Amino acid sequence: MTSRREQTLTYALLGAFSLLALMPIAGIVLTALQEPGGGASFGEINGVHPGNLRRAWEDGNFGDYLASSAIVAAAVVAIATTVSILAGYAFGLMRFRGSQVLFYAFLLGLMIPTEAMIVPLYYDLRDLALTDTYWALILPQAGTSIAFGTFWMRAFFRTVPRSLVEAARIDGASSWLTLWRVLLPLARPAVLTMVVLIFMWTWNEFLLALVMVTDEGLRTAPLGLSFFLGRNQADLTLLAAGAVIVATPVVVLYAFLQRHFIRGMVSGAVKG
Amino acid sequence: MTQVAGRLGIARVPAALRRGGDRPPGEPGRVGYAYLLPAVLLVGAFTLAPLLHSVWLSFFEWDGITAGRWVGLANYGDLLSDRDQRVAFAHALVLVLFYSVLPVLIGLLLAGAVARTRVRGLTLFRVLIFLPQVVAMVVVAVMWRMIYDPNDGPLNATLRAVGLDGLAKSWLGDFGVALPAVGLIGTWVMYGLAMVLLTAGVQKIPRSLFDAARVDGAGPLREFFAVTLPALRGEVAVALTLTTISALRNFDLVYVTTKGGPGDATSVPAYQVYERAFSTGEVGAASAIGLTLAAIIFLLTFAITRLSERGAAR
Repeated sequence: MTSRREQTLTYALLGAFSLLALMPIAGIVLTALQEPGGGASFGEINGVHPGNLRRAWEDGNFGDYLASSAIVAAAVVAIATTVSILAGYAFGLMRFRGSQVLFYAFLLGLMIPTEAMIVPLYYDLRDLALTDTYWALILPQAGTSIAFGTFWMRAFFRTVPRSLVEAARIDGASSWLTLWRVLLPLARPAVLTMVVLIFMWTWNEFLLALVMVTDEGLRTAPLGLSFFLGRNQADLTLLAAGAVIVATPVVVLYAFLQRHFIRGMVSGAVKG
Repeated sequence: MTQVAGRLGIARVPAALRRGGDRPPGEPGRVGYAYLLPAVLLVGAFTLAPLLHSVWLSFFEWDGITAGRWVGLANYGDLLSDRDQRVAFAHALVLVLFYSVLPVLIGLLLAGAVARTRVRGLTLFRVLIFLPQVVAMVVVAVMWRMIYDPNDGPLNATLRAVGLDGLAKSWLGDFGVALPAVGLIGTWVMYGLAMVLLTAGVQKIPRSLFDAARVDGAGPLREFFAVTLPALRGEVAVALTLTTISALRNFDLVYVTTKGGPGDATSVPAYQVYERAFSTGEVGAASAIGLTLAAIIFLLTFAITRLSERGAAR
């Protein structure tokens, strides 16, 4: 047994670092709710004025920015999830020539940082007249998400008991039916973790949107916030309200599915 | 957007291949190619092809508009000779201290404490401490600009309130302080990741090891260095890898807080890539910097994973 004093110290440490993580976030929420033009500084409590959020939503165009982000995120998640399940299935449970070489190619795709491909990506997509369209945001993020998702799903399919797949085959199920009817119900937690991570990465992506999009109507939430910052440096409450709006969807999802976020991110997946 | 798998990819793949006979079961034949086709097309077109194109571009001096001029490896030579680029990479190294070393130390402190007692509500602490990881970097940057605000930011206000007026300063505008100030934001974002990784590792250590250490009369410090730290070697390696990659790739935070300034006090490689490719018309140089960054990340990931594997085998 450890001493009472030590136990207290442990709780004090955990409490202090939790508070440190929470304080800036609580601060910006309180600031977003302050009385507009009330002269209060960051983190001070100065009433509860949800009107700031509406003002940012309407006048600051955050409604439009969130809509753009939602379109891009939904498309990337849908494409990447479907394609990754198929590819992970092939790598995890099938035998074919060249699978190792292909696997290394995917590994390379997984490790390339955006910074190393953003330059040619811009010029290639411009030549195809795809810059300043949602495709310029969807396709590259689908590509990187699939590189990740394929690994993720492959790791899952490797854990499936061999006997299950063999039993399905003896029963005459095709590989297609085996995947959707037998394996996918088992894969639900793994798929959910993958969906949550891809959604978060896509929602929070900044560099790609900054480079690919100049049309205001296509700005995603983080990009919109960075432009909003340029215009509204002085209006603390409005700026805080915008920032809160941008962060909220992912934070709410985290509140419900934190185990999936944490499990996914500590298993080695990272977005810089 | 890129996801780098520390454990998931690098650490597991070579082991899997080394086993040789690690053939997947079931379904022989060509149907596998059909399942792979969409993935191959999308990953090929949007990650591998740009990578190759980037290599090609890095051999040119090109402003993005007029015809480019072949310069061979000159852009890579500039990485060493050009002061701006050397400075940017040096700043990235400093940021590694803040993004990686400091968070892992905090994580070890918390993991060491958790190892010795049964903590009730650990899940809640974990969820709170991890929270900064899921907030968009642009939002984090906006938040910390407000905290660091020289006039009425809470940091300076607190310093003045406790009589340390001399320490109050323009955190993001001061040549000497801006880089550590940006780095500390990274520390704030990253220590949750380190803490969660390391406490998860602690829970896998057999209780009997702690009991044995205590029977031998080891105090908290001895116990930490003799039992906890060696057992966490793998988790420390993963935490160092993931956080170092984030440090090297840092773009959003610098762009929104300082734009590389004041002067070039917070200029980093990723920011140089953006600046050169899209404002100053040095597309070839930008490609060379991006590829060098990628190469450093590959090597580091590989080295840290190998080191921890060797340590674990000993």
